[in-house]
Amino acid sequence: MTTNYETREHDVLIIGAGGAGLRASLEALAQGASVGVVCKSLLGKAHTVMAEGGIAAAMANVDAADNWKTHFRDTMRGGKFLNNWRMAQLHAQESPDRVRELEQWGALFDRTENGDILQRAFGGHTFKRLCHVGDRTGLEMIRTLQDRGVQQGIDVYMECTITRLLIDGGRVTGAFAYWRETGRFIVFKAKSIVIATGGIGKAWRITSNSWEYTGDGMALAYEAGAELMDMEFVQFHPTGMVWPPGVQGILVTEAVRGEGGILRNKAGERFMEKYDPKRMELSTRDVVARSIYTEVKEGRGTEHGGAYLDISHKPAEYVKKKLPSMYHQFKELADVDITKGPMEVGPTCHYMMGGIRVDAETAQSTVPGLFAAGEAAAGLHGSNRLGGNSLSDLLVFGRRAGLAAAQYAKRASASSFDNSQIEQAEKELLAPFSNSGSESPYAVHRDLQAVMQNLVGIYRTREDLEKALVELEKLRVCAAKASVGGSRLFNPGWHLSYDLKAMLIVSEAVTHSALARTESRGAHSRIDHPNLDPIWEKKHNIIVRETGAMKRRESPIEAMPEELKQILAEDKS
Amino acid sequence: MKEATLRVFRGDSDGGQTVDYRVPVAPGMVVLDALHYIQGHLAPDLAVRWNCKAGKCGSCSAEVNGRPRLTCKTRMDDLPQDQPITVLPMKSFPRIKDLVTDVSWNYRVNSKIPPFEPRKGVEWKISQLDVDRVQEFRKCIECFLCQDVCHVLREHHKKEQFAGPRFFVRIAGLEMHPLDGGNRAGLLKDQLGLGLCNITKCCTEVCPEEIRITDNAIIPLKERVVDEFYDPLTMLFRKIRGR
Repeated sequence: MTTNYETREHDVLIIGAGGAGLRASLEALAQGASVGVVCKSLLGKAHTVMAEGGIAAAMANVDAADNWKTHFRDTMRGGKFLNNWRMAQLHAQESPDRVRELEQWGALFDRTENGDILQRAFGGHTFKRLCHVGDRTGLEMIRTLQDRGVQQGIDVYMECTITRLLIDGGRVTGAFAYWRETGRFIVFKAKSIVIATGGIGKAWRITSNSWEYTGDGMALAYEAGAELMDMEFVQFHPTGMVWPPGVQGILVTEAVRGEGGILRNKAGERFMEKYDPKRMELSTRDVVARSIYTEVKEGRGTEHGGAYLDISHKPAEYVKKKLPSMYHQFKELADVDITKGPMEVGPTCHYMMGGIRVDAETAQSTVPGLFAAGEAAAGLHGSNRLGGNSLSDLLVFGRRAGLAAAQYAKRASASSFDNSQIEQAEKELLAPFSNSGSESPYAVHRDLQAVMQNLVGIYRTREDLEKALVELEKLRVCAAKASVGGSRLFNPGWHLSYDLKAMLIVSEAVTHSALARTESRGAHSRIDHPNLDPIWEKKHNIIVRETGAMKRRESPIEAMPEELKQILAEDKS
Repeated sequence: MKEATLRVFRGDSDGGQTVDYRVPVAPGMVVLDALHYIQGHLAPDLAVRWNCKAGKCGSCSAEVNGRPRLTCKTRMDDLPQDQPITVLPMKSFPRIKDLVTDVSWNYRVNSKIPPFEPRKGVEWKISQLDVDRVQEFRKCIECFLCQDVCHVLREHHKKEQFAGPRFFVRIAGLEMHPLDGGNRAGLLKDQLGLGLCNITKCCTEVCPEEIRITDNAIIPLKERVVDEFYDPLTMLFRKIRGR
């Protein structure tokens, strides 16, 4: 059985082909490494393609007063100071160069009167900071990166899923995968690995995320012994579609509010006046999401249980030009003309602030040779991410991860591993075909989504979280027994059975961490602990696997250098 | 609840047949929702590609009632409900399984296209007007529906000689980039078979992004090729200069 796979070898293996994975691969290539990129979908379909609003970078093209220090301060404030300050600093300092570089590779952004890259306002950003292309910035970014990657000679393994990292002497040396198309196995030998697999939204029922966002990268790292950090911080984007049912959760870009969109409740009240009179609709996402949730909960929601978001006071041509895909999305899927009337919107599970714990400079995890960047990594965003900081995160830390992974590979000895790991991985992957359980992975997935949606949502309580842990344990047993029919040829039910395992691991990590954090901070809101607790500002939640079981620890936040403290102290507003 | 019948192709490269599935219809439901219902309740091994479910990634292409479409943007209530809705894989590409086809040829074609090449010494100043002109081409989500419908590929199987509308759109986006200094006319003429397109505009009709592929991308590129290779003055000039 062990010979039944093909083997490929690279210096650096990158898992995930969104913005972070592609930017990492370009940097590793530039270092002279041989690079393989593995992705679950076709190239160019990763979630980056859906990013709409823009890339945050203090280029000061529109607001001349902007600079990295303000961007740093906004990011730290948005994250309620739980951010890794060094990451927030590097991110703010390096984003403008990363955007310019993208432009030099052919990306075409909207322009100012002077011919510079145009920047728009976004929640939590002091200045107009988001470089954008209408509302399809992510598409421009991923095409630019993917075309450059293909041109420069990365090897892309499309529709291929990694199910296990291979370990030798405490460092990662390879990965086991299967081809989605044929169901055949493939083993990668690599001197270093970058995880850039994105988030975990598919564990919730209402989400903006596609099927791919099942937390596999975090689960792989966890199983390889890496630490996960601050897993309780799951961002619910305030504005997802709520009607019709099939489109529930699909993202409505924050650019609608950036361009002047107004939120109202059933009674026509501009309710953000109550929750954040200063920043109104452009408050941070955690605040706006909770505000909409509260309006609906207290009976002031719209017909389909959301809030109204209205941009129709702007000229129709302007709306169509600045928000073309929103215009089409509502017109075609919801029969709503957003130039004439309001949209109905409500919170949707969108982004994971927590993830694999990494070193700020190198993006290396706590396991040697294993790196992580983008949404799969934790640290930059603290307890709440600002809109626009994700695309810049992908570029800044994708580059850093690719650089450090290539440098690590240069020093590392050749990849080797014990083949018993491959035998185990094969056995585990094929188990659903011979399982006796009557439930299909789809049924277990629906149950998991209900648990996370109802018990680990925007507002949390101890009772709910404890109940969720009990339910998750039951689901783990069900999932391990779930059976699939058919062959190994492109079989989505079988594919889901592995994704389900990853979702269960990250869901448990989220729930454990949420239970422990007895305060409300950023995206984590505990009804039974509604306030910030200064003690929790000083530590991270860490999840790690020990002797086969999930363990939680706390880790103190490193003291911030004086010069950064001063930046935060300036402008107390 | 209302029900509809979906008649879906089940099979692989060796062949197959359509199978009927009864699916409950919710308000505003799209064909992809119905396919997901089938996966989740009736046939977990039904192979379907999809990602964003919002018309932005171009993964869920198929032929619905004979027309190439994104299943995530095809509303059930826009289709006749009194007869089965047929969902077949894209015909121009080799079948893998059910609705999933082998589109790897597209990626091979794409790799032949020289990338953006900034002109020497450009200042990175661009007017919005110039950006607007090429935005249209850069909206492409690579759903490959234009490739599927194009008769040069679909009926005449000229994959070796012809790049297809998608890649003419990509080249138009590069050629009309205000700072690009590359020249892809020779490539278009000799390797990508631009001349094989006889402007029937089928590609434009199926494009979910409403890119006017024929009028705005293909015809201007054809003009470039003509200017470069068939314009008598240019030919004379070339002869004189000896190149």
